[in-house]
This record gives sequence, C-alpha cells and structure tokens, in this order.
Amino acid sequence: MNPSSSPIATITDPIVEVRDLNLYYGTSQALRGISLDIPRKKVTALIGPSGCGKSTFIRCLNRMNDLIDHVRLEGEIKLDGQNIHDGSVDVIALRRRVGMVFQKWNPFPKSIYENVIYGLRVAGVKERTLLDETVEKSLRRAALWDEVKDRLHQSAMGMSGGQMQRLCIARAIAVAPEIILMDEPCSALDPRSTSRIEELIRELQGEYTIIIVTHNMQQAARVSDFTAYFYLGSLIEYGLTKRIFTTPRRKETEDYITGRFG
Amino acid sequence: MATTSDLQSGRPLVQGNHKSAFRNDRIATGIFYAAGIFLVLLLFAFAGYIIYNGRASLNLHFLTTPPLFMQKGGGVGPQLFNSIYLLILASTLSVPLGVGAGIYMAEYARPSRLTRAIRLSLETLSALPSIVVGLFGLLIFINILGWGFSILAGAMALTILNLPVITRVAEESIRNVPPALKEGSLALGATHWQTIWRLILPAATPGILSGVILVTGRIFGEAAALLFTAGMSSPPLNFSDWNPLHYVSPLNPLRPAETLAVYTWKVNSEGLVPDARQIADGSAAVLIITVFLFNFLARYLGKALQKRSRAC
Repeated sequence: MNPSSSPIATITDPIVEVRDLNLYYGTSQALRGISLDIPRKKVTALIGPSGCGKSTFIRCLNRMNDLIDHVRLEGEIKLDGQNIHDGSVDVIALRRRVGMVFQKWNPFPKSIYENVIYGLRVAGVKERTLLDETVEKSLRRAALWDEVKDRLHQSAMGMSGGQMQRLCIARAIAVAPEIILMDEPCSALDPRSTSRIEELIRELQGEYTIIIVTHNMQQAARVSDFTAYFYLGSLIEYGLTKRIFTTPRRKETEDYITGRFG
Repeated sequence: MATTSDLQSGRPLVQGNHKSAFRNDRIATGIFYAAGIFLVLLLFAFAGYIIYNGRASLNLHFLTTPPLFMQKGGGVGPQLFNSIYLLILASTLSVPLGVGAGIYMAEYARPSRLTRAIRLSLETLSALPSIVVGLFGLLIFINILGWGFSILAGAMALTILNLPVITRVAEESIRNVPPALKEGSLALGATHWQTIWRLILPAATPGILSGVILVTGRIFGEAAALLFTAGMSSPPLNFSDWNPLHYVSPLNPLRPAETLAVYTWKVNSEGLVPDARQIADGSAAVLIITVFLFNFLARYLGKALQKRSRAC
C-alpha cells in the first residue's frame, strides 16, 4: 500500500484498531489483510462497490459473523486496546458497546416503547422510571419523539419506513453504546427520509463513534469525517473524507469516486 | 424497436399469443375457484349431515348423563369428559415436548448425522398407522409397565402420534420468523435464549397454534390408538370427587377412560342398547361440534395472544 495513504498513522487515540484482518467464507476469502484505525467519536464511511467486503467488515466489529457457519477469521480487532476475540471477552457485553443499525429496518413486532427498551430488558433493567426516561431520551435523540409520543404503546409495525429506521436507531442508542455500526441505513428509504437520517447522523457524531457503510458517495461526503474505500475485499484508501474526495491518491479510488467504474 | 408512432398508435409493443395466455389464466382461475368451493361445500355437507342426524341428542341430558345398559335414553357425559381430559393430558405432554424439539431443530441443530437421524425418525413416526401406536402402547404401558388401561397410557400413545406433527409445525413456524429480527435482537446484546423466548416464540405462536389445533382435532377423533391404551370402558365416576388419587374421581389419570370417538365406534358396531344408532349419531354430532368449538377457541386465543405481545 502507498505509504502516504497508510491508514494507521493518521489517527491518534483510535477506538478500534484492526490489524491484518483476513476473513474466509469456507474457502473464499472476503477480506484481505485489512488494517485500519477507527477514530473515536467521528463518523467513518466505508464505500466501495457491492461485494467489496464493507458489510462483512463492519459485522466483524460486533462479531455478528459468529452467527454464520464456516466463517474463519485471522488477524486482530481491538476495541479500546482489547482484542474482541479474546476468550475473556463476553460477546453480549461487546454487542452492547457496539450497536448496529441494519440495511432493512427490523423493528420487533412489539410496541414502540418495548422496541426502544428491548436492549435494557434483556440486560435485566426493571426500574420503571429509568425505562421511561430512556424511551424519551432515545426517541428524542433519534428525532422521533414528537411523532410518536402519543402512541408509544402502539405497535411499531404501523410506522413509515423512515420512522421505523429511526426507531431502530433509537433502539440502538438506548443501550448507550460507544460505537454505532450502520449497514447502508438509507438504501431502502426515500430521499426525504434519507436526509432526516443523515441529519441525525450529523447530530449524533461527537457523542458516538459511527461507522456507516454506504453505496451513496454523496452521502459519504455529506456525513462522514473519514472515508475508507474497499475493493474486492481489500482496503484501497483511507483518510479524511475531504481529502479522499478532492485529492484521492490512488487511481482506483479516483475512478470509483468519479463514477468511471462501480 | 418501439418508435413514438408505435406508442401513439396503441399497438402492443410485444407481439405474442397474449390472447391465449389470457384465456389460460382465466381457465386456471376458474379451476382453482371451483376446487375451493367444492371443498367448502363438501365440508358443510358433511358437518351438516352429521349434526342434522344427531340433532335429537343435542341436549343437556345427553351431554351430562352416563350411558345406560340395555336401555334407551343413555347419554355420553363421562365420554365427553374423558375426551376433554385426555385432550388436556395429551397436549400437556406433547406440546412442550414437540415445541421444544422444534426449537432444537430450528435453532440449535447443525446439519449432522444426528439431525438427519432425528428427522428420519420423526418422518417414520408420523407415517405410523395409529393402530400400531395403540398396540405399541398396549405392549409398553399396559403389559410391561403394568399401568392397566388408563387415561395416562392413552395420553402417552397420543403423544407418540402427535409429536411429529407438532415438532414439524413448530420447526417450520420458527424458521419462518424473519432472520432480521433475530439479528436485531442479538445486536442489542440479547442472548440466543432471550431472543428465542422474547421474540422468536411469540412471532411463531400463530403457526405453532395452528399445528396444535390440527393435533387437537386428531386427539378428539382418534379411536384406534386408544382402544388398547385408554380402554373401552369407563368406571362409574363420581363427579363430586376431584381428588386425582381416588379411583372414582374423574381426574384419576390411571383409570380406564372411553372417549367419545371410541364410544361412537363401539356403540355403532356392537351396541346392545335399543337406541344405539341414535346414540352413535348423537355422539358423532357432539364430537364434531366440540372440535369446531376448540378450533374457534384456539384461534381466538392465538389472536388475543398475538395482540398482547404486540401491544406491550
């Protein structure tokens, strides 16, 4: 890799450090020697064409790939200096620290209220006032409170797609994670809902570390501080979003960004 | 190539035999409608015929009094009670076991030799004729374990009969729950079991319930598996004694218990009472009405359950 775009040197006090990460689905390799540092309380966008490994990559960070058979990992992922695959690491605790919002909103078939506090419920929180406060705080944070405050106990299934996705963000926020992973959170939303989510991401940065996978380069440019370009399972270029989009150092990145390919 | 003039003239852009495709579509629709209507009519005719013929017996006296020996005017009270009690016992045994096995098969079992063996056993089990299950019950529960003809032996035989159905339905209902829900739950720090208990099972409940309804109807209607397990007689029951340890108590699981279906069969084939035909008609009507009632009740419960789990 070109030393000038070396992903490791540019970031001080990273929250996540990834070194030489290889991932195999059976015999096919999906990630190839990924090394990068994720900055704390910033928005990092992962871009690249379909199948380049960006979704696979973020699913490593909360160990969602554990659920899939025949996945093999090599290398190291450290969260605040601790290897997340260490035997002493509790995957449940890890997932509370590293929340996730999925491409297709997936509210539970429960009330809005129960959706938000699901993470607290499974953690054993029973205190009513704390639950009530968390619901209001999380829904306000996700810019959804005003729309749903009068129907908290109605089913979440009656909301619009954009509302459901914001509910999923509120649900992730409710367990007070340090990192929120977003796997193409807007790809199934209309432009209006998309811009609301983008606003939300801008508001949340500074408080949470956000890692967002996106197909939409304008979106990456609008919401992120750092951008990583993935191609065929490799990290091609990584750096400040402004720099990547104005003066990409690698030809591949430039081709992708300018739309000559992908 | 479609040009502007093509579009304006309204000529179809794709020339083809769309007329015959359209006709075939209408024919297929007609056939499926006819099949559906035929089925519904058949069901109505069947149920209507049975209930109409048994209408004379649909009274409280018939439903609550015991059968008489060699005399007209006996009822099916104990048999009706036995059927319901057996249903409850058999469901208590088979539903948790079947749903548990379904959860295992859908959520825990990895494709392996063991899993294949379980699946094969279940399929074989579901293909067993019920008389074979009854004879097996006779051998194990009555002869070897020495329970005598008893409700418990009957309930066990029915459990063997119903386990494959409940297991398969439970497994399928659980597999039909969208994986996105499971991922969402795990990503919030829920354990596998919390995810199953709080999310997957409630979402799978309607499907599981329809399996249970299926099985309920079968328990009510089953005779062959019960002939040699629950027996063909009912001791005199004292309906004011609810201590399950007393022999005359209706709740005693170790007493013989003739069910409504068994009684219907028996009275029809070897009944000595002068009104045997009428009793058989009557008990058949009671049987079919009870099955309907159970189905409605189960559906209502299922809907209520689902509503509750969604609302809170």
